Amino acid sequence: MDIGGVIDYLVGFAIMAMIYAIFTLGLNVHWGFTGLFNIGIAGFFALGAYTAALLTSPPPDPEQFEDFVFGGNLAHHDVLAWGIDAWFFLGIAAAAAVCGLVALIIGSITLRLNDDYLSIATLGIAESVRLFFLNEKWAANGSKGLYRIPKFLGDLIPAENYDYLYIVVVLIVLLILFVAVQRAARSPWGRVLRAIREDEVTTAASGKNVSHFKLQSFVFGAMIMGVGGALFAHHVRFLSPLTFDPLLATFVIWAMLMVGGSGNNLGAVLGAFVVWGVWAGTQFLPGVFSDPSFRLLMIGVLIVTIMLLRPGGLLGEWRRIVARRPAPAAGRDATGAD
Amino acid sequence: MGFLPFVKLGLVANGIIFGSVIALGAIGLTLVYGILKLGNFAHGDYMAFGAYVAFYIVDGLLPRAGIEGAGLGPFTFGFPVLIALPLSAIVVALGAIALDLLIYRRLRQRGASTAILMMASLGVAIAIRGLVQLIWSGDTQHYPRESRQVYHLPMDVRIPPDGLFVAIVAVILVAGVYMLLTYTKIGKAMRATSDNPSLALVTGINTKHVVWWTWGIGGALAAIAGVLLAVVQAQLLPIMGWKFLIPLFAAVILGGIGNPYGALIGALVVGVSMEVSTQWINPSYKPAVAFAIMIGVLLARPHGIFGDSQ
Repeated sequence: MDIGGVIDYLVGFAIMAMIYAIFTLGLNVHWGFTGLFNIGIAGFFALGAYTAALLTSPPPDPEQFEDFVFGGNLAHHDVLAWGIDAWFFLGIAAAAAVCGLVALIIGSITLRLNDDYLSIATLGIAESVRLFFLNEKWAANGSKGLYRIPKFLGDLIPAENYDYLYIVVVLIVLLILFVAVQRAARSPWGRVLRAIREDEVTTAASGKNVSHFKLQSFVFGAMIMGVGGALFAHHVRFLSPLTFDPLLATFVIWAMLMVGGSGNNLGAVLGAFVVWGVWAGTQFLPGVFSDPSFRLLMIGVLIVTIMLLRPGGLLGEWRRIVARRPAPAAGRDATGAD
Repeated sequence: MGFLPFVKLGLVANGIIFGSVIALGAIGLTLVYGILKLGNFAHGDYMAFGAYVAFYIVDGLLPRAGIEGAGLGPFTFGFPVLIALPLSAIVVALGAIALDLLIYRRLRQRGASTAILMMASLGVAIAIRGLVQLIWSGDTQHYPRESRQVYHLPMDVRIPPDGLFVAIVAVILVAGVYMLLTYTKIGKAMRATSDNPSLALVTGINTKHVVWWTWGIGGALAAIAGVLLAVVQAQLLPIMGWKFLIPLFAAVILGGIGNPYGALIGALVVGVSMEVSTQWINPSYKPAVAFAIMIGVLLARPHGIFGDSQ
């Protein structure tokens, strides 16, 4: 493989790793900050991707035997072009809105109850979304999938070098989301979420409406996942219900957050790169190591091992790093009883 | 029939058969959930593993001893499956206890939260599925079988003999669990621990044994449920257990977490609803039906149909 090929590969790798980093950030809002257990990431992944794809794809072509009813074709409305492909952002916003809405509905039913119900409900969302897109051919062409998803600023750059443009787009979106999540985490709002995670009863006793905060966190994280789904749709530009299997759309993301360190946004991004690197790298290994089943087994073992040995992940939460510093001169532990 | 004349009775019968498989899984899940405070996401994969262990016994071990066969009496499967059923239950029960010693006990001792325990169980679920795929491949398998006539009953009800077998096994096992929980010392200790763990501890209940028995019973029931599922579906797939989680949890929540009798009723309700729904909607939406029932119950009676309404 020549050096150009290697760089092309690395660029493609980095795009996927950064898209995964967006999902990991969303999951960090759920689990890392608030302790919400979302095991149906695939559901939001699919909703975000399909929303963006359906709004921007051209209408169905009967000659291609496409029998879905709606393609928003936003990419071909002059009003939304303006030379900067504004439709792209509209699609992303819609993806975030749809995911947020679904999270709002399901969250408001389950979050006021037992915590565990949310996790089972997310599993139900993921399965229902998958079944919907698989069975309702009119919605998004069923298992044949959508394959005419437009490129953002696709006219600017030749197709073979397009990834070099898209990596910048993904990087910018990731940076914006990272800053947003980071600011949210450090705000009073974020502190309430962490308080809920650590001790719900005490937080409620301090006058915080726990289930409202949980719901906000659930919706916020789901919207981030929607953005990730939209970016994914315009990157791979082919979606079918099979794209969103639990392994690559839910479990891998959990492994990323676990490795990187839940509660730490930088850790979430780092974890996405490390795990995706290991995942992509092992496919070149000989024998059993590149076997998808073996890699599935290893992801499970990895999650259990981290839970047992290092629940904080590689980086751990910032708070814990601070706690390791020597105590201030006054002899009082600055971090309190923790 | 006077009630719901528009419902096909055949679907109700299928639902009861399917519901009894859900029940065996859900009873174990609800016991673990109530006693160990762990919503075990690996429970479906314990089922799948049990089904595959039985497959190994039927397809790999017993033929070497010259024991083979299919089409026992009216059933599609053969005598080997009857041998494999208890063996697989023992293997999975011991496996579940071993995983507790290896993982969950350490987490409990560290005072880990419910969410951490569930996270670990998700890891276990993924690992088991990977292992099953690695050993038996991701392809569809099935126990050796011969096709058999279905029973034709009045009112256009058709029951496959296998379904009857599944229902009978389920009834026997549920009765067994009932006897165990009601009359044995360990069963009473289990119920006491489920109601109030700290009170159970101070009254001198050996919680270690309670934990082992809970996993043992849960694992054994899961394995048998897995084998029976593979029998009624006439196939084994590594994903079958994960796919079964939604009906399992729906039954558990319907019956109230920690309540095995509630789980039994919940399982029958979920099973029958899933089957009867196919009269109007696409059968592949069955898991979504279970999910919808669960959401409906959470809205109306958050603590299950037998729990206190909030």
